[in-house]
Amino acid sequence: FRNFKIIYRRYAGLYFCICVDVTDNNLAYLEAIHNFVEVLNEYFHNVCELDLVFNFYKVYTVVDEMFLAGEIRETSQTKVLKQLLMLQSLE
Amino acid sequence: MPAPIRLRELIRTIRTARTQAEEREMIQKECAAIRSSFREEDNTYRCRNVAKLLYMHMLGYPAHFGQLECLKLIASQKFTDKRIGYLGAMLLLDERQDVHLLMTNCIKNDLNHSTQYVQGLALCTLGCMGSSEMCRDLAGEVEKLLKTSNSYLRKKAALCAVHVIRKVPELMEMFLPATKNLLNEKNHGVLHTSVVLLTEMCERSPDMLAHFRKLVPQLVRILKNLIMSGYSPEHDVSGISDPFLQVRILRLLRILGRNDDDSSEAMNDILAQVATNTETSKNVGNAILYETVLTIMDIKSESGLRVLAINILGRFLLNNDKNIRYVALTSLLKTVQTDHNAVQRHRSTIVDCLKDLDVSIKRRAMELSFALVNGNNVRGMMKELLYFLDSCEPEFKADCASGIFLASEKYAPSKRWHIDTIMRVLTMAGSYVRDDAVPSLIQLITNSVEMHTYTVQRLYKAILGDYSQQPLVQVASWCIGEYGDLLVSGQCEEEPPIQVTEDEVLDILESILISNMSASVTRGYTLTAIMKLSTRFTCNVNRVRKIVSVYSSSIDVELQQRAVEYNTLFKKYDHMRPALLERMPVMEKVTINGLTEIVQSNGETESAVLETKSPPSGLQPLSQANDLLDLLGGTDITPVIPTAPTSKPDSTGGELLDLLGDLNLTCSPVSAPVPQIAQPPFLLDGLPSQPLFSDIAAGIPSITAYNKNGLKIDFTFERSNTNPSVTVITIQASNSTELDMTDFVFQAAVPKTFQLQLLSPSSGVIPAFNSGTITQVIKVLNPQKQQLRMRIKLTYNHKGSAIQDLAEVSNFPPQSWQ
Repeated sequence: FRNFKIIYRRYAGLYFCICVDVTDNNLAYLEAIHNFVEVLNEYFHNVCELDLVFNFYKVYTVVDEMFLAGEIRETSQTKVLKQLLMLQSLE
Repeated sequence: MPAPIRLRELIRTIRTARTQAEEREMIQKECAAIRSSFREEDNTYRCRNVAKLLYMHMLGYPAHFGQLECLKLIASQKFTDKRIGYLGAMLLLDERQDVHLLMTNCIKNDLNHSTQYVQGLALCTLGCMGSSEMCRDLAGEVEKLLKTSNSYLRKKAALCAVHVIRKVPELMEMFLPATKNLLNEKNHGVLHTSVVLLTEMCERSPDMLAHFRKLVPQLVRILKNLIMSGYSPEHDVSGISDPFLQVRILRLLRILGRNDDDSSEAMNDILAQVATNTETSKNVGNAILYETVLTIMDIKSESGLRVLAINILGRFLLNNDKNIRYVALTSLLKTVQTDHNAVQRHRSTIVDCLKDLDVSIKRRAMELSFALVNGNNVRGMMKELLYFLDSCEPEFKADCASGIFLASEKYAPSKRWHIDTIMRVLTMAGSYVRDDAVPSLIQLITNSVEMHTYTVQRLYKAILGDYSQQPLVQVASWCIGEYGDLLVSGQCEEEPPIQVTEDEVLDILESILISNMSASVTRGYTLTAIMKLSTRFTCNVNRVRKIVSVYSSSIDVELQQRAVEYNTLFKKYDHMRPALLERMPVMEKVTINGLTEIVQSNGETESAVLETKSPPSGLQPLSQANDLLDLLGGTDITPVIPTAPTSKPDSTGGELLDLLGDLNLTCSPVSAPVPQIAQPPFLLDGLPSQPLFSDIAAGIPSITAYNKNGLKIDFTFERSNTNPSVTVITIQASNSTELDMTDFVFQAAVPKTFQLQLLSPSSGVIPAFNSGTITQVIKVLNPQKQQLRMRIKLTYNHKGSAIQDLAEVSNFPPQSWQ
C-alpha cells in the first residue's frame, strides 16, 4: 500500500487502523491497538461508538498521551489514566 | 447574535440528517454562523466554535478559515482554549501552510510555562507537525526539557526529539549529551521513549552507531531484568512484562548488531533466552518471538541460533491464527536464500499452506514453494503444485504456470516426465499460460528427439477432446505438422499406439481452423501445419490444396497471405515443396527472454512470424542464396533515418526467416534488398546477387566527403538510366586510427528540393588501421536537377568517448546531378 502497510483490528463495528512502515513488526502494533482500545474503555467507562464521536477531542488527547511523533510513547495503562483524570480536572 | 449552539447539539443534529444534501445544508448554515462569530471577535465562545469546526473538518468539509482562530486560541491563557487551539493546529495546519510559522513564538512561550500540562501540549504539537524551521528554532528548548526531572515531560521531550531529528538530521549532535543518562531510567515510559530516540539516531548516522555500541551490555541487562523480574502490574500485558519495551530493545539490538561481531556475540545468549522463555499462546508472546527472529536473522549470529529462529517460524506456520502464518511465510521467503537447508525441513508445512483458504497466504506459500524446489524433491513438489494449479484462483494461474515451467526446466529428472508435466499444465490452465511459453515449449519438444512420437500422440489425444485452450492447440498443431507421419505410422514404444489415419488428422486440423474459438494466431499455426502435412502424408495432397485455397480469400490478412503463398507453392514450385517443408533441425538452446528481442531488432516490415528458425547452418539446404527473406518482398526501403545496426544477437543467432517465403514468390520488381543483421557472408551474398539497379552508369568520379580525426568517408556515385533524377551514392567509411570506432551512425540531410533515402549500413563498427569499412547506400532524388548539397552528421564512440560531428558536403561532381 504505497510504501507503508496498514495494520487493523476489528472491534464490533469499528475498525482501528494503524499505518506503519514495511519494516515494522506487525504483531507488536496489533498489541498497541489493543492497548489503546483498553485505555479508551477505561476512560469512557465501556466506550461505544457514540462516545468516540461526541468526545472526539478527548480521544485526541488520549492519542497524544499514548503515541507521539509516530512512535509509542506510554504503554502503562494506569499512568495514562492518571494523566487523563488530571487533565480533565483542569477543564 | 444568539449564543452558538453547543458542540453536542451540532453533532446530534448532523447525525439526524438523512441525506447527504440535508447534512451539507446544515453544515453550511453552521459554517456561516461560525464565520460571523469569528468576525465579531467573540472570545467566550470561540473555543466552542473551533471545536465545531474541527468536527466538520473530520467529516470532510473545508475548514481552513479557522486556522487563524486556532492561533488566537493558543495565545489565550485558559487551558481549554489552549487545548482546542493546539488540537486545531495539529489537525488543520501542516507544513505547507504559512500560518504555522506564527505559532512558533507561542510554542516557545508555552514550552517555558510553569504548568507541565501546557508544556506537554506544546511538545505534542511540535512533535506532530513541526516543520524544519520550527524545529531548528525550538530544538534548544526541547533539549532543556529532556533534562528535567519530570518524567512526564521527559517522555514527551524524547519523542519530540525524535521528530526533530527526522526533520533536521543535523541537529542530532545536540541531543547527544542528554542521551547519556537516559538508559539509567527506572521509569519504563521514559526508558521506552529513550530507546526509540536511540534507535532513530542509530538509524540515521553510522557514527552514532559506533558510539552506542558500547551500550549493548547495558541493553542486554535491561532486557534480562524485564524477563526475569516477576509480575509487574503496570506494564503487564497478559502475563508478559512490558512487551513493547522488549520489542523496542530487540529492535535496537538488531540495528547495533548488524555487521558487528562483538555485539552480536554479546547478544547471542539473551536472544536464545528470550526465544525459549517466552510463551507463545498469546499474540503478545508471538510478537516478541517474531522480533527476536528478525533480529537473529540480521545480526551475525551463530548457526545454532539461526536454526532456532527458523524452527520458531515453522512453529508459527502451524498456528491457527492467519496473521501469524502470514508473517511467518513472509519472513521465510526472505531467509530462504541464505538458509536454504533449514527451511527445507518445513517444506511439508508450507505445502499444506497452499491449501489454505486465504488468498494472500496461498500466494506467499506458492512463491515459497517455488523457491524451495530442488533436484531431490521436484517430483513430489510438482504433484502438489499441479494440484494447486487446478484449484487456485485465476489470478494465480499465470504465475503458477510460469513458475512450474521454470522449475521443471531446471530440475526435470527425465524428458518424459518433463513433457508429461507440461502437458498437464497446458490442459489444466491452458488459457492462462503466457504467450512466450509457447515458443519455448516448441523448442523443448524439438530438442527431445526420441520423444517425438510419444509427444505427438499425447498432444493429438489432448486436442481430440477439446480445442479451446489456445496455447495447447498451438503447440499441438505445430507438432502434428512436423511429426504427422510418426503419428500415422502408429509406432510408439512408451504408450500403446493408437491407430490414426491421415483423414482423421486433417479433420481435426480443419475443425480447428473453422472453429470460432481459435484465435488468429492459432489459425496461422494450423494452416502452416496442414501445409507441412502435404509432404508428409502421401495420399491427401488434393485435400490439403483445397483447404489452403479456401483461405486465400480470408479476411484475416495473415491467413490470406499464408494461403496465397502456399497456393503458389503448389502451382509453380511444386518441385521445391518437399525441400522447403522438411523437418526442422534441432534448435539451439534459448533462454526464454531471448526470443522476443529478435522480433524487434530486425526492423523489417514483415508481418509477425511466429516460429523460431534454425540457425544459419540449417539454411543451406533450404533456400538458395535467398537469405533476405521477406514474405511480401516488396517492402519499402527503410526511412531516412537509418536504423542503427543492432549488435548481432548472441543468443540464437537466428534471423527471422520464413521457411517458405522468399523473394522469388512475389511478382513485384526486385527492389533493393533489405539488409539484415546477419553475419557478413550473407550480406555479401545478398548485395552482389541483387544489384541495385539493372543498369549502372559508370564513370562518375568519387569524392572524399569527410576526413577528420582519422575517419574518412568516401562517396561513390552511380546514376540510373531508368530514372535520370536519381543518384545513388555509396559511402564508405574507414578508420585510420589505432582503435576501432563503434556505434557508428551516419545521418544526412539535403535541401528541401531533394529527397533522400538511406539504407541500413553494413555494420556499426569501423575497425582500426583501415582494415575494414562500413558501407551504406544513399539514394537522392533530384527532380529539379539542382546542385547537390548535403549536410552530414556522424556519431560514433572512439577511445571510450562519444563523438559527434557535423559537416557539409558540397564538392559533388557535376555529373552526379546534371
